Amino acid sequence: MAEIGTITRDEEFLGKGSDWNFEDLEHYQREIDRIAKDYRLDTYPNQIEIITSEQMMDAYASVGMPVGYHHWSFGKQFLSVEQAYRRGQMGLAYELVINSDPCIAYLMEENTLMMQILVMAHACYGHNSFFKGNYLFRTWTDASAIVDYLVFARRYISECEERHGVEAVERLLDACHALQSYGVDRYKRPSPISAEEEAKRQQEREAYLQTQVNALWSTIPQPPREELLQDDDDPLGLHQRGRYPSEPQENLLYFIEKNAPLLAPWQREVVRIVRKLAQYFYPQRQTQVMNEGWATFWHYTIMHRLYDEKLIGEGIMLEFLQSHTAVVAQPGFDSPYYNGINPYALGFAMFTDIKRICEHPTEEDRRWFPDMVGSDWLETLHFAMNNFKDESFIQQFLSPKVMRDLKLFALLDDDRDEMLEIAAIHDDQGYKQVREALSIQYALGHREPNIQVWEADVRGDRSLTLRHVSNDRRPLDKSVYPVLRHLHQLWGFAIKLESVNDHEVTQRYQWPLPEGE
Amino acid sequence: MSYFIDRRANARHKSAVNRQRFLQRYRSHIKRAVEDSVNRRSITDMERGEKISIPSRDISEPVFRHGQGGKRTIVSPGNKEFVEGDRLRRPGGSGGGGGAGEGSASNQGEGVDEFAFSLTRDEFLEFVFDGLELPHLERKQLADVEEVRPVRAGISREGVPSRMNIVRSMREAQARRIAMRAPIKRALQEAREALELEEHKDPVLRNPSRVKELRDEVERLEKRLETVPFIDTYDLRYNNLVDQPQPSNKAVMFCVMDVSGSMTQTHKDIAKRFFLLLYLFLERNYEKVELVFIRHHTAAKEVDEEEFFYSRETGGTIVSSALNLLNEVIHDRYPPGQWNLYVAQASDGDNWDDDSTNCRHILSDKLMPLLQYYAYVEITPHAHQALWEEYERVAAHHPERFAMQQIVEAGDIYSVFRELFRRRVVA
Repeated sequence: MAEIGTITRDEEFLGKGSDWNFEDLEHYQREIDRIAKDYRLDTYPNQIEIITSEQMMDAYASVGMPVGYHHWSFGKQFLSVEQAYRRGQMGLAYELVINSDPCIAYLMEENTLMMQILVMAHACYGHNSFFKGNYLFRTWTDASAIVDYLVFARRYISECEERHGVEAVERLLDACHALQSYGVDRYKRPSPISAEEEAKRQQEREAYLQTQVNALWSTIPQPPREELLQDDDDPLGLHQRGRYPSEPQENLLYFIEKNAPLLAPWQREVVRIVRKLAQYFYPQRQTQVMNEGWATFWHYTIMHRLYDEKLIGEGIMLEFLQSHTAVVAQPGFDSPYYNGINPYALGFAMFTDIKRICEHPTEEDRRWFPDMVGSDWLETLHFAMNNFKDESFIQQFLSPKVMRDLKLFALLDDDRDEMLEIAAIHDDQGYKQVREALSIQYALGHREPNIQVWEADVRGDRSLTLRHVSNDRRPLDKSVYPVLRHLHQLWGFAIKLESVNDHEVTQRYQWPLPEGE
Repeated sequence: MSYFIDRRANARHKSAVNRQRFLQRYRSHIKRAVEDSVNRRSITDMERGEKISIPSRDISEPVFRHGQGGKRTIVSPGNKEFVEGDRLRRPGGSGGGGGAGEGSASNQGEGVDEFAFSLTRDEFLEFVFDGLELPHLERKQLADVEEVRPVRAGISREGVPSRMNIVRSMREAQARRIAMRAPIKRALQEAREALELEEHKDPVLRNPSRVKELRDEVERLEKRLETVPFIDTYDLRYNNLVDQPQPSNKAVMFCVMDVSGSMTQTHKDIAKRFFLLLYLFLERNYEKVELVFIRHHTAAKEVDEEEFFYSRETGGTIVSSALNLLNEVIHDRYPPGQWNLYVAQASDGDNWDDDSTNCRHILSDKLMPLLQYYAYVEITPHAHQALWEEYERVAAHHPERFAMQQIVEAGDIYSVFRELFRRRVVA
């Protein structure tokens, strides 16, 4: 009896059109869940929210934060999303998923049934398992705390607005946002965030922070306990106390929060909030290709399983394939639609190819990936997902076949050469070099200028000196001046920035601009 | 474990605050764009939003970035004919043939360096009125013209055939027929019965004269019965209409503007704002608002909006020409009994010397008795001339309905309207 029941039920679902109801969603969610477990996808619980397209635009505009503090830049984001959507330039939100525990994913009510199934497979199982499994997310973010922290941040910032005025808070946030990418600890594991603790410790910290800063600035820090060298010009050794900070600091916002001489305690707190959020988004910026590739690979696999098990019909399958093809399309560099390398396309191609190499290796694969050949594909895939970021993932797993399929080539652009040169293409001599170049292209450390705090002149004019370590002579964009201006607002005293190439200062920037410029 | 939450009923517009913050921050940019748009649009076309573009560089959020130059390797997909070692010319002088579409010009209508978005109608109007601080345009009780309108008022015995109420008339006719025929029928019946009785009597007993008498009676009654008319003028009923006074819901707004050489385009733009305000105000108070544009230098002419605001004229100024034309138009097309008449006049105050007195006479004698309201703005930073003084005398006579104001900048327009509103509230 039960069996007959199931069969009729499945047929009922097979015949489904594009309309959906909650019963359908729950049915498919259960099926996807079963299949995902088969593939050992370990996920946070899913909180799947059905929202309208307007709400989706809101969600988009708040850059993936379910609760955000108010700032004009999110309004700008919203307006551009809205404009693009109205004009039909943008299909709204293929998926929007938040790295939290439970993992929040949004389904738009306008979507067809196929789309809802696809988004569930992609976001609720693909991204979700990536958030839970990838080492960067495990190390740098705390999924269970983020939503509470966001609520805390929002409340704190609106309290500040009430107390100090919207404009004052807005200016501060502008300045912090400009330095957001430099508000992360790249190498040191950050302490986990917890809204409860934040709120509890908040008051004491405010008071404490201020005394700490006062101490730094009023009583000159003692030099390291070493013998002061006698110098004729400086018999008291006033200039020999060493640089402060003694080591360059990569986290500019952290340095400002702790050391800026003039910030009020609430301002330090806001700096801290922006810094914490930047830290939270840091892994996402480093795992775009992997994250999207992983989710795309799994929605593709899960949809095919659903089809093979006759849980979805041909209509849904065709609709799916069309949508999937559009998602993983990679226009060539000379196409009018070209907009950089599509992370969905590259990631999907790579994960698919890993599976192929494990199952059906060619002679070439045996040479390139001797360890992978013949191993369990699921095992290898999980290993890749768990332990890499884009940079290293490409370095390790980009196969000659994927390079050939995408027809990747490396172009050398040297400003000392009046011509561009094709450095390598997808052939035997070129594979290694293309792979190397692509890997570097995804390295955050290479994409963003390397700028660190070099010295705060605590005993002199209180100016702050930053150092930009230039890579391959690449200069800073003109936008450096507005950023320095923001930094100057936070620090309160002159800001200097030196570009260093091969231990030699090649360029100096300064804010406020020296007289006469 | 998974669960679904239906959030569709939750509040939308979570981003409304951020949106407002953005609009607030770029107020000056948006205002400039809105001003351009106001100048471009027709006054009757203010009830919609507007697409606004702001140069991206003005709203960019700066971050540390790499600039052009140095040495870098870019990996791109879609190689067709390149082989290793190929050397290419730099495209268009800018470095970077690939990259993430840096600095690429869009061919979809607008450049990438413009940030474009749409204002809603309300936001648009807010920007239009920004600096004018106009209160919410509430519906106020205006001294409306009483227009009579025929209203049904029952049934009457008199009227014109076109208003005849057929049903009621036929019912009356039937009633009358029944009433008139019944006694005749009864008499006829009696006569017939008597006749029959008489005819069935024994011939010996039959009274021939009586029979003849009865026969005549029956014949006479039958004739009488036939002569009762099917319908009589007495039966006719008419729908009755009574004239009831009603406030008119039509208004016409006359825009009168001096277009002599001394009026610059700036003057006209300020005037346009002023006309716009009055129009929006009237639009909220009347079902139908018509616009008449009259411009004048030494002679007045009725023109369309485009010509009104944008054609250039030179020469002297005779204001009375416009007032005369205004008077003519009112008499020809807008009988004051049916229309609420509003006049908005904008000028820089120049007038032919002797003419100002004429203006006063035309206004006081002819126009003011007809008009609901006359608003005059003088757009000049200079001292007033004769026209202003003459108008002040008019204003003294009609404090209720004549407002005049000097305007130096667009922001001053509001005070004219404050006058209008204040007085109406008291009234």
